[in-house]
Amino acid sequence: MSSLVIRNGMIAGATSLEMGDVLVVDGTIVETGEISSVPSGVAVVDAEGCWVGPGFVDLHTHLREPGREEAETIESGARAGAIGGFTALVAMPNTEPALDSVALVSYVLERGARTVLDIAVAGAITVGRAGERLAPMGELAALGVRLFTDDGTGVQDPSLMRRALTYAAPLGVRLAQHCEDESLASNGTMNEGAISSRLGLIGRPALAEELMVMRDIELVRLTGGALHFLHLSTARSLALVHEAQRQGLRVTFEVAPHHFTLDESACEGFDPIFKVHPPLRSAADVLALREALRSGMVDAVATDHAPHAPELKDLAFDEAPAGMLGLEHAASLTLEALGGGSDVALRFFELLSRGPARIAQLRKSDAHPRHSSHGGSLVAGEDANIVVFDPRARWHVDADGLQSRARNTPYHGRELLGRVRATVAKGQLIVNEGLLI
Amino acid sequence: MIDSIRGQSLLTLEGLSARALVEILDTAETFVEVQSRTVKKVPALKGRVVASLFFEESTRTRLSFETAAKRLSADVLSLAVASSSVKKGESLRDTITTIDALGIDAVVMRHQSSGAALQVSRYVPHVRVVNAGDGQHQHPTQGLLDVFTVRQILAERHDTTGQESGAELFEGLHVLIVGDVRHSRVARSDIQAYTALGAQVKIAAPGTLLPVDMQEWPVTLADDFSEALEWADVVGLLRLQHERGSGSFVPSLAEFTATYGLTMERARRLRSETIIMHPGPMNRGVEIDSKVADLPSAVIARQVTNGVPVRMAALYLSVAGLKEDGAA
Repeated sequence: MSSLVIRNGMIAGATSLEMGDVLVVDGTIVETGEISSVPSGVAVVDAEGCWVGPGFVDLHTHLREPGREEAETIESGARAGAIGGFTALVAMPNTEPALDSVALVSYVLERGARTVLDIAVAGAITVGRAGERLAPMGELAALGVRLFTDDGTGVQDPSLMRRALTYAAPLGVRLAQHCEDESLASNGTMNEGAISSRLGLIGRPALAEELMVMRDIELVRLTGGALHFLHLSTARSLALVHEAQRQGLRVTFEVAPHHFTLDESACEGFDPIFKVHPPLRSAADVLALREALRSGMVDAVATDHAPHAPELKDLAFDEAPAGMLGLEHAASLTLEALGGGSDVALRFFELLSRGPARIAQLRKSDAHPRHSSHGGSLVAGEDANIVVFDPRARWHVDADGLQSRARNTPYHGRELLGRVRATVAKGQLIVNEGLLI
Repeated sequence: MIDSIRGQSLLTLEGLSARALVEILDTAETFVEVQSRTVKKVPALKGRVVASLFFEESTRTRLSFETAAKRLSADVLSLAVASSSVKKGESLRDTITTIDALGIDAVVMRHQSSGAALQVSRYVPHVRVVNAGDGQHQHPTQGLLDVFTVRQILAERHDTTGQESGAELFEGLHVLIVGDVRHSRVARSDIQAYTALGAQVKIAAPGTLLPVDMQEWPVTLADDFSEALEWADVVGLLRLQHERGSGSFVPSLAEFTATYGLTMERARRLRSETIIMHPGPMNRGVEIDSKVADLPSAVIARQVTNGVPVRMAALYLSVAGLKEDGAA
């Protein structure tokens, strides 16, 4: 294989940020610190002024393959991830058909292995995500599946969710829930409140999310299971999960960049680009999420990258599908929320890499052999999944310039702070100078 | 606040000042006279093309708009797209760009989805869009014809004309809106029109038919329906849209009638001069008793008649205002 050296960066180790170089040989980090003798013929990545840390891990990517390849493929999604600094993605199972069998999960894993990134798979909790009977979680766990979710919707039936938690517990896997009670949220297209009332749009109340969070916390208490809450979007949801964590329950949660950067007022113009489930919430919720990010009270940032073909976002607001792109700007938005500056670097890598790698079981200690390890400390002996991130670069989001097949970014034209300069995934330099190689 | 809709699309009444509303009402008043002529036409929009695009069928509103456009001498392209755009697999953008390619100056649009008219105005910014009702959001010309009708009646009583009175007859006027406000685009437009002109608006409805959050709305809730009826100078009833599921927001239509219907018994509590309005089509026997609908104080037919000059005014100001103002 190849060798490369990352020069003069600020290396984000487990506990500190220090100037230095990183030497990668044959897919493994062999030396970090000040490296005086670099073998000749080694590729050099200039990391002057940049943070060098573990590659980002996305717990929540909709790769759309199989079934919706016009919106995204495993390959195009991996490229979008690479540009965004990700070295591993967890593919969500709400494809067509849903990822609920050995054949379908194997298909995505095999396709994923041919891309530039590590593609892990989240399996469906129920067959066809129909919420009626359990998918073969044991068989899928044997393939290396570590997360199960019916994302797109939550498991509505509390009895079935209880059974799923009980069944999953001894398998060493974690369930992940899209929390929205459909009887409260169904037909709703934006956050319920003053704005939805004025616009004549049916609301999806915060309570639809919070009620399922409450229910699932109690089911975790009852079963002793492990549960990850996907894209929590309200202050109350976070408070509920924090309290459960204090009580020692095995619950984790993620927040998505759109929920901590955009509020419900974005829907004023009826542009379906801002339609997402759970919906963009109140300004107060956005502030609460940002405060939680800054104070270290969030386990992971996850994108909920949801590509849709352009024509579907040209439908009327209530007819258009929900979801927005995330991979290519998640890191910048996270940095912006943290407030910039080098003192946030370790928190930044915790949120985007180490936290999610822990939840997805992609670390050196627990990664399935089919994947390399992520979320490391940048020390010798680790697999080389590294991002070089320039926290001072400014750039403009251009929907037509994205690697994703889709264009449904809500940030088109917006100036963002912080940009990926280089990505090393599975030992290979795949992005340099902000461009795919 | 917007002080004139000249050269602008008419998507919502939100944000229109009293001045902008009065300009439309005054313009409409000049068109009333046209209706009584032998030749019911003015050349104001001669050579202009107005497309009427009804994704949700409404024969009455469509006829009213098309009559208005024809009386302004515009050429009318009437397009039947009542079947869902989704079912046909065509996006809103593709539908409007195709129609725009035929060469149009304005589009009158009705859609079952809130916000559709605003979306279309973004896709074809050079075309004036007149919203003929979008989902549960707005129905601007209905709001305008309602305030026009009220002003016309009050002006007659005061032996003046609407134009001379401007907005002053609305000052302190008591307007009671009754029924399914939650799902009503008419209510949203009415409330904005009445309050911008200086009227006080009260709402009477069961809690489930109120919008979820009305804190920002410039209205008060009626504690007692009977007292509110005595208070009212104008009672605006709304259609209970049970065909769209509004029926499930109340235990039964009979209970709705018993609690919030304008029955004969309740109508007797109204003062003799109180005006009764309904945007149609009425559910006789549900929100309004059949006999009440036929009382002289019920001006439902007059609302329909006034729809034409008001829509002429909206189209005229929106489309013809274009070049005079040099707007792009």
